[in-house]
This record gives sequence, structure tokens and C-alpha cells, in this order.
Amino acid sequence: MNPSMDTPMDKPLTDPHDAGHHAAPAGLWRWLTTTNHKDIGSLYLWFAAAMFLIGGLMAMVIRAELFQPGLQVVQPDLFNQLTTLHGLIMIFGVIMPAFTGFANWQIPLMIGAPDMAFPRMNNWSFWLLPVAATFLIGSLFLPGGAVSGGWTMYPPLYLQGGISYDLTIFAIHIMGASSIMGAINIITTILNLRAPGMRMMKMPMFVWTWLITAYLLIAVMPVLAGAVTMLLADRNFGTHFFDAAGGGDPVLFQHIFWFFGHPEVYILILPAFGIVSTVIPTFARKPLFGYRSMVYATASIAILSFIVWGHHMFTVGMPAGMQLFFMYATMLIAVPTGVKVFNWVVTLWKGSISFETAMLFALAFVFLFTIGGFSGLVLAMVPVDVQLQDTYYVVAHFHYVLVTGALFSIFAGLYYWLPKWTGHMIDERWGRWHFWLSAISVNVLFFPMHFLGLAGMPRRIPDYALQFADFNRIASLGGFVFGASQILLLVVIVKCIRGGEPAPARAWDGAEGLEWTLTSPPPYHSFAKPPEVR
Amino acid sequence: MNSQASSSDTSYYLPSPSHWPIVGSAALLLLSLGATLTIHDLAGGGLLLLAGGGTLAAMLIGWFGKVIGESQNGLYNDQVDASFRWGMAWFIFSEAMFFFAFFGALFFTRVISVPDLASADNALLWPGFQAAWPTAGPGLEQVFTPMAAWGIPALNTAILLSSGATVTWAHWALKRDRRGQLNLAMALTVALGALFIAFQAHEYIEAYQHMGLTLGAGVYGATFFLLTGFHGLHVSIGTLMLLVILLRCLRGHFRPDSHFAFEAVAWYWHFVDVVWLVLFLFVYWL
Amino acid sequence: MKLGRASVAAWLVSLTNASRAEYGFDLPQPQSSVAQTAYDLHVIVLWVCLIIFAVVFGAMFYALFKHRRSLGHAAHPFHESTTVEVIWTLVPILILVGLAWPATQAVLAQKDTGNPDLTVKVTGYQWKWEYDYLQEGVRYMSNIATPRAQIDNQAAKGEHYLLEVDEPLVVPVGKKVRVLLTSNDVIHAWWVPALGVKQDAIPGFIRDTWFRADGVGTFRGQCAELCGVNHAFMPIVVEVKSPDDYQTWLADKKQRLVAAQAAGASAADKTWSDAELRARGEQVYLANCAACHQPDGQGIPNVFPALGGSKVVTGPAGNHLMVVLNGRPGTAMAAFKEQLDDLELAAVVSYQRTAWGNAGGTVQPAAVKAMRQ
Ligand code: HEA
Ligand code: HEA
Ligand code: HEC
Ligand code: CUA
Ligand SMILES: [Cu+2]
Repeated sequence: MNPSMDTPMDKPLTDPHDAGHHAAPAGLWRWLTTTNHKDIGSLYLWFAAAMFLIGGLMAMVIRAELFQPGLQVVQPDLFNQLTTLHGLIMIFGVIMPAFTGFANWQIPLMIGAPDMAFPRMNNWSFWLLPVAATFLIGSLFLPGGAVSGGWTMYPPLYLQGGISYDLTIFAIHIMGASSIMGAINIITTILNLRAPGMRMMKMPMFVWTWLITAYLLIAVMPVLAGAVTMLLADRNFGTHFFDAAGGGDPVLFQHIFWFFGHPEVYILILPAFGIVSTVIPTFARKPLFGYRSMVYATASIAILSFIVWGHHMFTVGMPAGMQLFFMYATMLIAVPTGVKVFNWVVTLWKGSISFETAMLFALAFVFLFTIGGFSGLVLAMVPVDVQLQDTYYVVAHFHYVLVTGALFSIFAGLYYWLPKWTGHMIDERWGRWHFWLSAISVNVLFFPMHFLGLAGMPRRIPDYALQFADFNRIASLGGFVFGASQILLLVVIVKCIRGGEPAPARAWDGAEGLEWTLTSPPPYHSFAKPPEVR
Repeated sequence: MNSQASSSDTSYYLPSPSHWPIVGSAALLLLSLGATLTIHDLAGGGLLLLAGGGTLAAMLIGWFGKVIGESQNGLYNDQVDASFRWGMAWFIFSEAMFFFAFFGALFFTRVISVPDLASADNALLWPGFQAAWPTAGPGLEQVFTPMAAWGIPALNTAILLSSGATVTWAHWALKRDRRGQLNLAMALTVALGALFIAFQAHEYIEAYQHMGLTLGAGVYGATFFLLTGFHGLHVSIGTLMLLVILLRCLRGHFRPDSHFAFEAVAWYWHFVDVVWLVLFLFVYWL
Repeated sequence: MKLGRASVAAWLVSLTNASRAEYGFDLPQPQSSVAQTAYDLHVIVLWVCLIIFAVVFGAMFYALFKHRRSLGHAAHPFHESTTVEVIWTLVPILILVGLAWPATQAVLAQKDTGNPDLTVKVTGYQWKWEYDYLQEGVRYMSNIATPRAQIDNQAAKGEHYLLEVDEPLVVPVGKKVRVLLTSNDVIHAWWVPALGVKQDAIPGFIRDTWFRADGVGTFRGQCAELCGVNHAFMPIVVEVKSPDDYQTWLADKKQRLVAAQAAGASAADKTWSDAELRARGEQVYLANCAACHQPDGQGIPNVFPALGGSKVVTGPAGNHLMVVLNGRPGTAMAAFKEQLDDLELAAVVSYQRTAWGNAGGTVQPAAVKAMRQ
């Protein structure tokens, strides 16, 4: 799998590897033109943090409006815009860039590579994102406001919108291009730039999960691009893909969208699995229990993810046979995911466990993600889903897997690797405050949504019937506390960058892997000479 | 992992900071804004499109120019070459998935939605509609003639297949260092690509002027034009890339044992070829 | 204390059937066999999940408490066991097969729309429902009945806030009702939780579902698919009546519709005074147009155009009428030629042309009739 490393050289090399090393520009220009994987990783992470603030503030407005029945804070039209942008920004602007930031920082360090395979393209992948974000957020200020048809963009509703709808389609094209280039870069780096001796089955779990995630990205982002291109054509060029009068079908869009959309949700969780599989062994001081089966489970999840998309469409009126197929396939995903959960628990078993903030978030991940997984299983049962589709039960489900899943893993990863990146240990006391406040309030925020959904509250509504008032108030209060708690995270990060106890090369005594053999922070060019892996 | 020696004295080429990516981002910013304004008939759209296109062209020329320069200066070792191969292969995979979305739409409408519209239940909404392909759907007045497979499309199939052969011939010549044959075969390939585009353009003009076959001709027109249109776009890009390769061949670039750029374009060209075959089968013929 | 009540309630979620109606944190009390199977299935899957959850996290918390470094526990670095991996792959599969079995039967029952006693065609509009009793020739619109003032917090909210309509769907108890769903504009979803039906309304396609209500009563639901600005304000009310009451209602409804139609037909030939047209127009406007263009005719900036001072409304009557008859394709402005009769159309156009400072003339039904051809 590593062809070039054992092919003999056929031509002399004239230039050393760090061609422009001496001429590194400074200031803003450095960040605009950088080809260094650590710089780009930091850019991704800061971008994600900024988007988290914006997407989170939108969620705060949503929760404020839903604090009580009636319309008080925003009108329905703006509410729908905020819901839509919140979804788009959190998924494409926060979770995906944050994971890509981790990949940029960590993959070269973990496999002993000098940098990413395509450093210039790496820069482009990042600098496309601010363009797309500008379109999304800027469209709030255009006549007619931003897109308001939900992040799922279903036609024909999407065909009714104004100028910002087209701008959003282009934003999605651009984000797609960014993701595809990023994924190609990561796959190539992993397949081709491993240090001698780093066989595939020796790669850290985080690298494995990203390899599979990158594969998913390359497979489905173009499909999303195709779907929104058809929307663009139906909106502006007179085609009838989604119009029955012309022989098209609005449901066709949903099929294409969810063919992308379901693998997408695993794109949002597989790197999280990788981070948690790194953090838990470190603080249990034990190797991961089933490395091989973890790899196989990840691959199985990825493969299955292509044949379950119909579970988002159980109420469109598909034939019973199709419903059953999608139900069985969806339920099956619980099996490899279960393998992961069981392996984490047994990794903890008879360990020597300590509770640094990174570990706390990883443990909360296992516990709370499983709640989200179980509610997913409930939704997979067609007759139950018919009752719960498009209710707050679904909102509860996906926030458990996305917030206490993906986002918590990002928190765990930050607390885990920041010492390596900055050279300073984090302030565990502040970290612990951040953890406990977040972990408690997030449940106050999202757990009641299960009840709301069961009792019949539809999602994407700015106003609701009186019997939903109590749980909504609780959820809103939880939401405000959770949002405010994230300021602590900002404090911890800033403190860690500016100073603190110096971090040793191996910042955690239980940590394994090549990245811990380098100084903290690592040199600008990580592995100028590939390390030997036994 | 045998050659410890070779990997330590020949390191992986890491480029210095580059302004081309940010120029590329600016280009896409301008293009998207321009397209949006143009679609909505707002002032400045054309100008922005022009600026964006120009910026994009400058970026492509500058960036690829730099890469070609680095390659010619021997900065790329075999490992870099392997990276390029992986990168190109995965890029082509992503392109295949893009077409998959449109083929999916075609199959879905042909197999599911059009028959469904003619079902007993839907007779409530569309009385008398008969499922057939091609169709402009139950609710449109538009009459059109579908594109027959055995005219220009069959000719174009032959053209693309021959161009696949000529590019393979060129590759064969390059590997044996027969520069004359290489140049000839490449020139032929470019010419065939251009011929294909010309025929395709002619077909579109026919469709619009005489056959009533437009983007608005129901789901048949929509899938027909988006599938063949995106394919045609890829042929155009491919032809442009072949042209660049031809020019580089004429300048004496590439060596029998090192010519990744040539191969990448050849892969791309074969990919475009395969897409056409599927297209010919399901869009034109069956 | 609300918080306390809620979390206690949370723990009891599937244990107590009695408290569910008051607190509203479980599926509503099922009123049809379909809803009942969904309810039972939910209880089963919830219990399965809770048990697995207890086992897995029982083990995890045991380890977290006993195997910690602060207690001086040393790590036992065991790892990899194919046997264990195989076991915890197979056991979940078996559990899932056990779950899939009842679910499959429920799906097949839910999908069986054959042999209905009554078929109703339901059409979604932005933002109202149309009910069409196909065999009876009875067809009418169902609009939200909650006053705008309640939504804007200018009046106290009623008991059925947002869940009340002017004309509910009425069906007989114990009869299999087949519902044919479609839509006139965007996708909506027709959902009545207690009856266990939710079906998307796809424009241009007919999709079906069914229910058989177990008892008489009034059951409420909402549109469940984002359909634009007023998606939250598109309720559904189903009144289940005894067969006799249903027949009475049906006869009465038919009579009223026939009378209205006759009145409409004769109205078209009559010439109406401006005052009559304006008065009638205001009613039609409030029922059909105010949801978007607002009662004061000022619309919502950038979403729905203001009609007061609008170029179309103050311009030639023909253009104005055209817009209302045929709508604006690709926007939320629907075609009203099927929904309103000649008099109503004439009246609403007249009203718009003379209200809110507009100074146009009125339009007679005869003009509308002519326009239709
Ligand atoms: C990170 C993102 C993420 C992840 C990982 C998942 C994971 C899963 N999701 Fe979720 N899902 C979303 C994000 C995610 N989802 C989003 C965003 C939506 C809404 C989109 C929208 O409409 O806007 C959604 C919606 C959604 C629906 C549609 C609901 C509807 O609209 O009606 C369904 C239905 O089947 C579903 C199912 C599942 C299942 C079965 C899993 C499984 O992968 C879960 C597997 C995990 C477990 C089951 C727990 C651990 C397992 C064990 C401990 C083993 C033992 C267990 C058993 C034997 C039961 N999801
Ligand atoms: C990963 C994705 C993600 C994340 C993290 C969140 C986070 C949150 N989400 Fe949501 N959400 C979605 C993905 C996500 N969401 C999606 C996909 C939808 C569906 C959209 C649709 O229907 O189309 C949705 C919809 C959705 C709804 C339903 C809206 C509706 O149906 O009308 C609600 C309602 O309560 C909600 C609430 C929240 C809240 C309160 C948070 C809170 O957790 C947010 C708290 C965060 C903050 C307040 C920011 C604080 C930040 C700082 C202070 C700066 C910190 C700085 C550093 C980190 C350095 N979200
Ligand atoms: C579902 C929402 C909705 C309803 C209900 C509605 N309209 Fe409209 N109407 C619109 C929208 C949106 C437009 C703007 C269309 C466009 O962008 O061209 C519009 C435009 C118009 C216009 C043209 C105004 C202009 O200045 O261009 C007229 C006249 C009009 N509507 C009349 C009516 C009448 C009469 C009714 C009721 C019988 C009605 N509308 C009901 C949404 C609605
Ligand atoms: Cu109709 Cu939502
Ligand atoms: Cu899914």
C-alpha cells in the first residue's frame, strides 16, 4: 500500500525539502499563504470556533423564541432562517472544519510525515471556507433574508425563495470543493506518507477513522453538489427535476440529498470515535481493547451508511418493501457501533483510570452518544418513526449524537492535544468547571426534547401549543447555561496559548504515539526525516 | 520498507508559501457573486463573472505553471509522484460520484416517478397520463422530438473511442521515446476532442431550433441536458488539458519514465470516455 | 420545582401509563389500532434500550469507581479477544432480529390501505388543508381558527391555542378511512398523533394512508413538514362522530354547499353594489389572503408584498384579476380560480382595490366569469 517508498530512486534530487523555508512571510500574509499543516490546522480550528459562536448565538435566539408560547423575539420568517443557518453552520462550519483541523495538526504528527501530501491545496481547502461562510451569513442581510427552508433544502419550498437561495447553493458547491480537496489530501497523506514501518494495521485509530471519513467525503460531497445543481437548474433554468408536471418528483431530491446526508452524519461522528479511542486508552493506561475490531467496525459503519438513507423518508409514502429494507439496514448499524461502545468500556475495565478534563469529555461522550444512538434506533423502527418524524424527538436524537457526540469529542481532543500544540498544560480547574457545567446543562437542554417529540411537538416551528410550554422552558434555560459555559472553553484555550505550566514532550503519562516523541510544541517542520516505527 | 537510504537523502518536496490558493478563493467568490447577480438580472453580474473567470484563469495558469516548473526542475521524487497518482485517482472517483447523482436522477424518474405518475391513484391528478419514455411529463404542453441515438451520438461515440485509442498510442510512443509519433497522436487526440465538442454543439442547436427539445422539456429535457451538458463540459476541460499536454510535448517535456501529468490527463480522458458510453446507452439509446 | 417534576417524570417515562395524559411526555393515548401498535412497539424498544444501557453503563461506572488510579489500581494491559468480539457482535444481532419481527408486522399492517369504508382526499395548501369526500362530493377548506392577537400575545391564549380550525375533518367511528394526500404547492405532512397517521403531501403525487378511530372524540394534530412561514399555523382537527351523527353532519354539509353553490352561480349574473362587494370581499380576504398579505394589507416586507399601494392592485383590474386567478408560479402566491367562485373573486379584488387607501374601482362577478374563459 505504500508503493513509492520501496521503489528505487531514478533521478537525482537537487533541492532540499524545505524549499522556501527561509522566506516565510509574516503577519496576515503568512496565514493567507501558508502551506504548513500546523498553521492550516490552527486556521481550521479558529474558523470552527468563530462559526460555533455564530451558530450558537442563532441557537440562543431560537431557544429564546421558544422560551414561551406566542411570538415574542423573532417573527416566523426570521426564525426559519435562523434554524436553517444554525443547522448549516453547525454542520459545515463547525464540526467538519474542526475535525479537519485536528486531521491537519495530528495526522502528519501521528504517521511521521513531514507535512500533508499537497500543502498548497491544503491552504486552498481552508481558504474556500470563509468565502462560503460569507455567503451564508451575509445572505441574512440581503432582501428577502437568508434561506429558510431547513438545512435539508427540500424542494418545492426551496424553489420559492429569493436571491440568497442561489447564493447558498454556490456556498454549498464551494464547501463541497473544499471538503473534497481536504479529503483527497488526507487520504493521500495517509496512504503515501507514512513513516517506514508504519503499516496500516499499526496506524493510530484516529488516523484510521479519518481515512474512512475521507473516503466517505469523496464519495458523497459530489452527490450533494449534484443535488443542489439540480435545484439551481429547477430554480433558474426551467428544468423539471422536482416538478411532477414535467415528470419529475420532489421526492427525488430527498433521495439524492439523503444519499449524501446519511453518510454525512457518519462523517460527523467517525473522527469523534477516533479521538475518543485515543483519549480513553491514555487515561485508562491500557491499550485499546480491540484495535482490529475497531477498524473493522468503522469500515462496516461506513459501508452500511450508503444503504440506510431512506430512514429519513419513512413518511414520504414509499412502498412497504422499501421501508422494511431501510429499517433493517439502519438497525444493523447498531451492531458495529455497539462493538465500539463495548470496546471502550472494556478498555476502561481494570485500567488505572484518572479523570483529566479530556477524559471527562471522552467518558461523557460514550455515555451520552449512546443515548443518542438508542434514540436513533427508536427512530429506525418505521411505525414509531411515523409518529416521531419531524418532531422534537428527532431534534433530541441528533443533538445527542452531534453535541454530546461530535462536539464533546472535539472538546476532549482540544483538552488532550492543546498541551502538545501550545507547549503549555491546560488549566484543569477551569477545564473541570467547563466540563461539569456543560455536561449537566446539555442534558437539561436536550433531554426534555424527547418528551416534547413524543407528546407531538413538530420541529421547525416558532410557536407551539400550550401543553409544550413546560419542557420548552426547561430546555431554553438549559440552553442558556450551556451556551454561557462555552465562554469557559474560550478562557481555557486562551490561557493555554498564553502560558501555563510547560508541557513535556509526552504530556500525558499514558499517551502513546509518534506525536509524543516530538517536543511540545513540535518544530515547524515536524518530521524532516521520517522516524523509524518498529 | 527497504530503502532507508533513499528516503533520507531524497526528501518529500514541501512547497513554500503560495498566494495562488487565496487567488483561487477570490476567483470563486467573484464567480459565485457574478453568477447570482446574473441569474437575478442585477447590475454588475457580467462584470463580476468576467473578473472571476479572469482571476480563475490566472490562478490556474500561475499555479499549474509553478507545478510544471518544479517538476521540470526535478524537485519531485517518486513519493511525490505517488501522491499525485493517489490524488488524481481519488479526484476522478469524486467526479464519478458527481455523475452518479445525475444518473441516479435519470434512473429514478424512468423507473419510479414517471410510472408512478401514471398509476391508478395518480389518475385523480393527471387523468389519462400514460407512462412512457421519453416524456415531458403529464402537465406540460411542450412537444419535442427525443434525440435519436444513431445519428450524431453514434458518431460521437466513435470519435471518443478513437480518441481513447490515439491517446493510448501517444502514451505508447512516449514510453518508447518516439517523439514524432507522440506529437502526432496527441494532436490527433486534441482534434478528435474538438470535433466531439463541435458535433455536440451542433446537436444542441438542432435540439433547440428544430426539435423543441429544451431544458424545459420535462424531465427528459432536464436529464438530457444536464447529463450531456456536464459531460460536454468535462470533454471541453479534458480537451484543454490535452492541448496543454500537447504543447508541453512539443516543448520536449516528459521523459519515458516520468510523465505523470501526461498520464493524469489520459486517465481523465478515459474516464470521460466511460461516462460517455454509459450516457450513450441510457440517455440516447435505451 | 418544574424541573424536579420533569426529571422525576422522566425516570418514570415508560413505567406509568396513568400520568401520561397530564404531563405529555409520552406518545398520546392511542385511538386507533395503528397508533396502538406504534405505541406498543415504542414501549418494547425503549425497554430493550434501557436494559442494554443499564448493563453497559453499569459495567462502565463500576470500572470508573473501582479501577481508578487514585485508589492505587494498577492497569492490567489485556487486549484483543476474538471470542469476546464475536459474542458482542452476535448478541446485538439477535436482539435486533427480535425487534425487527414485530416492527415488520406493524409496517405491513400500516401500509394496508385496501378496502376502505370511506375515502377522503386531503390537499395541503400554504397554509390550510382542503378536505374532499370523493364519494360524497363534499369539498371544503379548513383554516386555523386561533386569532392573530393570541399569537402576538395581545390576547389570552385559549385552551386549544394553535390546534383549532374553522372546519374540522369529520369521520365516522369504527370505519376504515383511507386518506389520499397531495399538495397544491410545497410538501406538507398530515399528522394526527392519536390516530397514528402521518403522511407527507407531495405536490403532483397522490400518497395514501389510513386509520380507523376506536372512539368518538376530537383529535388534534399539525402540519409536520416545514412548508414556509406559517408552517406552525397549519393545524389539523379530526372529529370522530357516531355513524348517525356523521350522517347528519354530512347531509347538513351537503345542503349548505349546494346552497352556497347556487348562490354563487346566480350571484355571477347579478350586478352588485360597491358596498356589497366590499363587505363580502373583506370576509373573503380575511379567510383566504390575510394569512400572507396580513389583515392590514401591508404584507410582510420581503416575504409577502403589501397590497396597499401595490402597482398591481392600483393598476388595471385585468392584471390584478389575472394574478389572483392564476397565481404567480414558483412563489407562494397560489392560483385561486379553483378555490373561489366568481362572486368571491370579484369581491376580494374589489375589496383590495378600495381598501388601505387604494382608490381603484370595483369588479363585477360577470367580469370574472368572462376572464375565466
Ligand atoms: C453524528 C451524527 C449522527 C449519528 C451518529 C446518527 C446515528 C444514528 N441515527 Fe441519526 N440523525 C442525525 C445524525 C446522526 N445520527 C441527524 C442530524 C438527523 C436528522 C436530520 C434532519 O432531518 O435534519 C438524524 C435522523 C435520524 C433518523 C430520521 C428521523 C426522522 O427524521 O424521522 C433516523 C431513523 O432511523 C436515525 C437513526 C439513526 C441510527 C439508527 C443511528 C445509529 O448509527 C446509532 C447506533 C448507536 C447505538 C444503537 C448505540 C450504541 C450501541 C450499543 C450500546 C449496542 C447495543 C445496541 C442494541 C443491540 C440496540 N437518525
Ligand atoms: C453539530 C451540530 C449542532 C450543534 C453543536 C447544535 C447546537 C445547538 N442547537 Fe442545534 N441543530 C443542528 C445542529 C447542531 N445544533 C441541526 C443540524 C439542526 C436542524 C436544522 C434544521 O431543522 O434545518 C438543529 C436545530 C436545532 C433546533 C430546532 C430548531 C427548529 O426545529 O426550529 C434547536 C432548538 O432548540 C437547536 C438548539 C441548539 C442549541 C441550544 C445548541 C447549543 O448547543 C449551542 C450552544 C453554543 C453556543 C451558545 C455558542 C457559544 C460559543 C462561545 C461562547 C464561543 C466559544 C469559543 C470557543 C469554542 C473558542 N438546534
Ligand atoms: C400563501 C401565501 C399567499 C396567500 C394566501 C395569498 N397570497 Fe397573494 N401573494 C403572495 C406572494 C408570495 C406574492 C408575491 C409573488 C411574487 O413574488 O411575484 C403575492 C402577490 C399577490 C399580488 C400581486 C401584488 C404585487 O404587487 O405584485 C396580488 C394582487 C395578490 N397576491 C392577491 C392575493 C389575493 C387576492 C389573495 C387571496 C384570495 C392572496 N393574494 C393570497 C402570497 C400569498
Ligand atoms: Cu404545511 Cu407545514
Ligand atoms: Cu440517517
